[in-house]
Formats: sequence, C-alpha cells, structure tokens
Amino acid sequence: MGQSLSVRKLEAWYGSNQTLKGINMEIIPNQVTAIIGPSGCGKSTFVRCINRMHETLPGTKVKGEIILDGESVYDQDPVALRKSVGMVFQKANPFPSMSIYENVVAGLRLNGMKSKQKLQATAEKSLRMAALWDEVKDRLNYSGMSLSGGQQQRLCIARALAVEPSVLLMDEPASALDPIATTHIEELIRQLKENYTILIVTHNMQQAARIADSTAFFLNGELVEHGPTSDIFTNPHDKRTEDYITGRFG
Amino acid sequence: MRQSLNEGQQILTNLLIDMGKKVEDILEGCMESLKSLDRSKAEFWIAQDQLVNDFERQVDDECVRLIATQQPVAKDLRKIISAMKISTDLERMADLATDIAKVVRRIEGPLCKPLVDVPLMAEKALSMMSQGLEAYSNEDMTLAHNLSAQDDEVDHLYKQVVRDLLVIMSEKPDNLDQGMYLTFVGRYLERIADHATNIGENVIYIATAERKDLNK
Amino acid sequence: MHDRLRKYRNRMMMGIFIIATLIALIPLFGILGYVVKNGLSALNWEFFINLPKAMGAPGGGMANSIVGTLIMVLIASLIGIPVGILTAIYLTEYDRTSWLSIGVRFATDVLTGIPSIIVGIVIYTAVVLRMGHFSALAGGLALSIIMIPLIIRSTEEMLKLVSHSIREAGYALGISKVKTILKIVLPTAAKGIITGAMLAVARVSGETAPLLFTALGNQYWARSLNEPIAALPVQIYQYATSPYKEWHQQAWAGSLVLISLVVILNLFARFVFRSRSN
Repeated sequence: MGQSLSVRKLEAWYGSNQTLKGINMEIIPNQVTAIIGPSGCGKSTFVRCINRMHETLPGTKVKGEIILDGESVYDQDPVALRKSVGMVFQKANPFPSMSIYENVVAGLRLNGMKSKQKLQATAEKSLRMAALWDEVKDRLNYSGMSLSGGQQQRLCIARALAVEPSVLLMDEPASALDPIATTHIEELIRQLKENYTILIVTHNMQQAARIADSTAFFLNGELVEHGPTSDIFTNPHDKRTEDYITGRFG
Repeated sequence: MRQSLNEGQQILTNLLIDMGKKVEDILEGCMESLKSLDRSKAEFWIAQDQLVNDFERQVDDECVRLIATQQPVAKDLRKIISAMKISTDLERMADLATDIAKVVRRIEGPLCKPLVDVPLMAEKALSMMSQGLEAYSNEDMTLAHNLSAQDDEVDHLYKQVVRDLLVIMSEKPDNLDQGMYLTFVGRYLERIADHATNIGENVIYIATAERKDLNK
Repeated sequence: MHDRLRKYRNRMMMGIFIIATLIALIPLFGILGYVVKNGLSALNWEFFINLPKAMGAPGGGMANSIVGTLIMVLIASLIGIPVGILTAIYLTEYDRTSWLSIGVRFATDVLTGIPSIIVGIVIYTAVVLRMGHFSALAGGLALSIIMIPLIIRSTEEMLKLVSHSIREAGYALGISKVKTILKIVLPTAAKGIITGAMLAVARVSGETAPLLFTALGNQYWARSLNEPIAALPVQIYQYATSPYKEWHQQAWAGSLVLISLVVILNLFARFVFRSRSN
C-alpha cells in the first residue's frame, strides 16, 4: 500500500544556484500526484530529493524535512530508503549487460536474494503489473535492449516494482515515447495507484490532466499551487497557474 | 484504454438517464394534476423542477471536468458537447411541464371537455424523450431518425386540439378562459416534443458531425 | 561552369586522400610481406621445440624465448591489468575532480609517452641491482609498468562511455555504489575493457629495450623466475646483430612468430569483442 509523504520547508542547491526555495507539500497516499511547471522550475530536483538521489550529484545541498510514513528520509540510510521509494527515469535505462529476467530481479538479486523460486515469482508478478508479461514471457533471457522503447520503459517500471516500494517516483516517464506507448504507460499508472503512491513529473500538462488525481504547479523553485487536478485545470486560484496551463506564459 | 474518459462518459450517460426519469415523473405528475385540477399536487410538481435544474448543473460540471482533464477529440468531444445540449433540452422540458402545472393555478373547474388528445400528446412526447435518451446511450441513428415522424404526429395532434378548442370556445363564451389555457397546454406539449426531437438531432450530430433538422 | 570546377576539385581531393592512405598502408604491408617472406622458410617444428644451438649448428630453435615472452607477459598482465582497472575505476567512479585524480591522470599521460628503455633502466637500478641478478620477475615488472597507463586510459574511456543513467538506475533500486560498479557498470563496459587490455598485452609483448636491462636473455631454460630468461624480441635482436647467416634466418622466423602473436591478439580483441548493435 502507498505511504504518505510530507515535505516541509524543503530547500535545495545545485552549486550556488538555489533550485528549491522552501517547498511545503502533503502528498496523499494511493493517488497520482503530477508535478508540472516550465523547464528549470525545480520539479525534477524536488522528486530526486525524495529518494535522496539529488545528493549523488557533486556540489548539491539540501535543507528541510521530508517525512515518509512518519520517518524522516534523512534519518535513514539512503541505500535502504531507495528500496521503499522507487524511481523510473525519463529515458528507459535497462541494464545492457543483463537479460530481461535479470533486469527485473536486479534490485533483489544484487541485494542478496538467492531463492530462485522467489525471484522467478517476483519477476512474473512485476512484469504482469507492468503489463509486459505476455509480451516477454517467452523471451525472458533475451537482452533487455532487444525491446522497443515503450517496452523498455515498462521493463524499468517492472524492475522498480520488483523491489516492492511504497512510493513510485516517475520523472517524465513517457516523454521519450510515441503516443501509443504513452497511452499504455498512462493506463498502467492508473492501475498502479491502487497499490502505490505515485509522483509523476511531467512537462506535458495534458498528461497530468489525464492521469493525476492532484496536481502541483512549480515555478522558479516555488510551489505555486497544489490541488485536485480537475480544480487546477478548470479553475486555478493563482494567475500564474492559469497563465501556464492556458499556454500564455512568457 | 482511456479508462478515465470512458468512465466519465458513462457518468454523463447515467446522469442524463436519471434526469430523463425525473422529467418523466414531473410531466406525468403535472398532467395528473391537470386532469384532476388538484392545486396542491400542482404546487408539489412545480417545486420538483429544482431537482432537474440540479441535474443540469451536474451534467455541465462533469462535461467541463472531462473536457479539461481528458482533452477529448472527434466523437468523444461531440458526445460530451451533446450531453450538455441534451441536458439543456431536458431542463426546458421540465420547465414546460411545470408551466402546465401553473395553468392548474388559474383554471376554474370543471373541465369544458374531457382531455383526450392532450394526454396523448404528453404520452407521445415522453416516449420520444426516452427513445432519444436510448438513442444517445446506444448511438442508435435509426431510433434518432424515427423521432422526426413522431414529432409530426404530435404537431398533427396539436392542430387537432386547437381546432377542437376553437369550436368549443365559439360555442360558449364561458369556455374562452379554459379554452385559452388548454391551448397553452397543447403548445407546451408540442414544444416538449420538439425538445425531445432535438435529442435525436444531437445523436445524429455525434455519429456524423452533421446537423440535421428533424423538427421541420 | 561552377559545377564542373567543384566536381573537379572534389575528385582531386579524393585522389589526394586515397594516395595518402595507400602511402600509409605501404609500411604495414611492406613489413608483413618482408617478415613472412623471410621468416616462413626458416619456420619449422624444431623452431618451436628446440633451444638455441651454437652458430653453424643446424636445427636450433627459440622455444625458450617463446615461453619466456609468454611468462613475462603473464607476469606483466597479472600486475598491470588489476592495477590499471582498479585505478581507472577510482578515477571514473569516485574522484573525477580532485587534485589527486588530476595528478594521476597527468602522470598516466606522461607515462604512456616514456621511452620504454628508460623503464628498463629504472627497474635495473631499483630491482636488478638490489636483487643482484637479472630475472623474469624484473622483466615482467618492467613490462607491467608500460602496461599500466595504457590500461588505465582505455578502461577509463570505456567506463565513461557507460551512460550515467545506468548508474542512477542502480542507485534508485537501493543498490550500493560498490555493487553498482562491480555488478552493473563493469559488466556493461566489459567488452571494451577486455579489448583495451588485450591491446596493451599485444603492445608489451613486442617490447625489447626494457627486457635488455631486466631479463637479459638466456640460451637455456630458466629454472626459476629469479633467473635471467629468454624473450623473443631480445633473442631476435641478438641473432639479427650476429654475423651468422643461420642465426639471421632464425631471427626472421622469430620476427614472424612475434608479429603473428601481435596480429592475432589484435584481431582477437577487435573481432571477438566487437560491440554488436541490436
């Protein structure tokens, strides 16, 4: 089941540049929350702070609190944290040296799970959840790179799900995909929210409108507005939000 | 695919069907109160109109939400836009029905002639409405087209009603008052049938993107 | 008019490029041709099995040189490949920007250009004199020093080619940095790294100068690694500079064997480990 996330006074720097200027946000469990905003508004940084990936880059600094299910993420070992907060990236990145099966179970096997039965069961379950099982069940030992773009992205989703996180972060997961593959991913996200809390960063507002239960608009490192998607897209409170979603920005 | 959009469209269809049922109840109730010249019944049904107005608001809100969040195009878009228009037609039908009930406030009984054609018009109009909603729900073009002929029948009945009432009014000047109001009732029912035909026109628009006039 | 001029200029430039390429190929095919022509006749079964014989005596071979070269290249690889790869991993994965890494990279670049004879002299002073004798170990050590910067360079390039997104995917799954490097990044870069290592091996197997000061050469089988040992390039040098015709022929045969070793390693590395695009 998805977990709740609280973000309080989150600030982040990349070098001397402050990319997040004090974000306060409550993220409701088992919902899809979309983060929209123009390039450079801090949405990717925000999401990468949640699983502490932001720190892996040199020259970064973070201040503030992120509480995952009652515990601050900064009190936890980042490597362990990332098992409860999964991430899917903009460009599908299956491990080139591994087969489809090995990719899916990588997070489990490389962390010590040895039981072949458990691994195979998890692989099938995750691939089914990612709506990829039927397409690959007969070629699980083919290279992960032999799949199409959309299939590779679903493979990455299955790989993230196999670790059984409770929160799933998606950084523009469909932006590199064609419209049909995008629709597949969107339907998948809709189904996943039953069991996961999903945060999706997207520069495609229409996508946010289609699949998110709630939407947050970021601008210049600030959270301008956050509310139910239908409210944001039919009657936003802040003029900046309205200007952005109607395409009257700049 | 497009599960959210499909669910939204189903919500709209259900709202329109429920709205139609309410309109049906109101018209039947208003006709009853006319037949029995029961003023308290009439007041009751006049107040029920508010419920139909609420339905219209719900349909409008849902259409706006769907358009903003699902970006429908082509037939999906036409279906949603038509839902808004159909709800307007249904709301007008309810208004016209309560206008019939308001006539009851003014008529002094007993009735100068037994009501035969007028209730028949009401029956036909209601049948047309439910056929129209069925056509919307099933995207049934044939059903939609049939409404044209039925509207002609209602128009025909209306002309008959007017002729009969003219005769009655010319026979006894006392009947002028009732005759006038009953003519209004006939007119209201003829308008209700026109709105029901509009539902059919919207169904054709959804399927073909063409606007055909079924009312002639 | 302009079209004709342009076409003519294009053809002329094409001609110049082709001629330059042919000129560049001449030394390669020239060398191969000469060595094959002269070496093939002296090559026989005995060459691979027998020890060198006295001048004038027929049936001598270079068995000990061949084995000696293989042994020293093996020693060099056992030292050079792990050190090179691990250093490259440190430079790429842990420390790309500090003064230490800048210093190491600079040192690597310089070392790739150092004349190998200097490496030989240094090892002579530091190891051979201290130990009191020439040895296979010293020879292998000298070769490894030549190998290390080559392997650092090629491994680093291969590691850099691995997209950073792959590493991030590993971290995002809750896999530690060490495991990500060892189980994900390295296997991904493996083909390129192995190719680089094999090319470095091919390169050092032909080095002569450093071995003159460290392994010295030996007409007989070395009985331990602490003794002077024969090596193909050294033996070729000694035979080629001698006044005896039979030894000259043996030198050609040795050259043919040595060049074949280098060519086969090169082909193997580049062919078997070529990247297959899906």
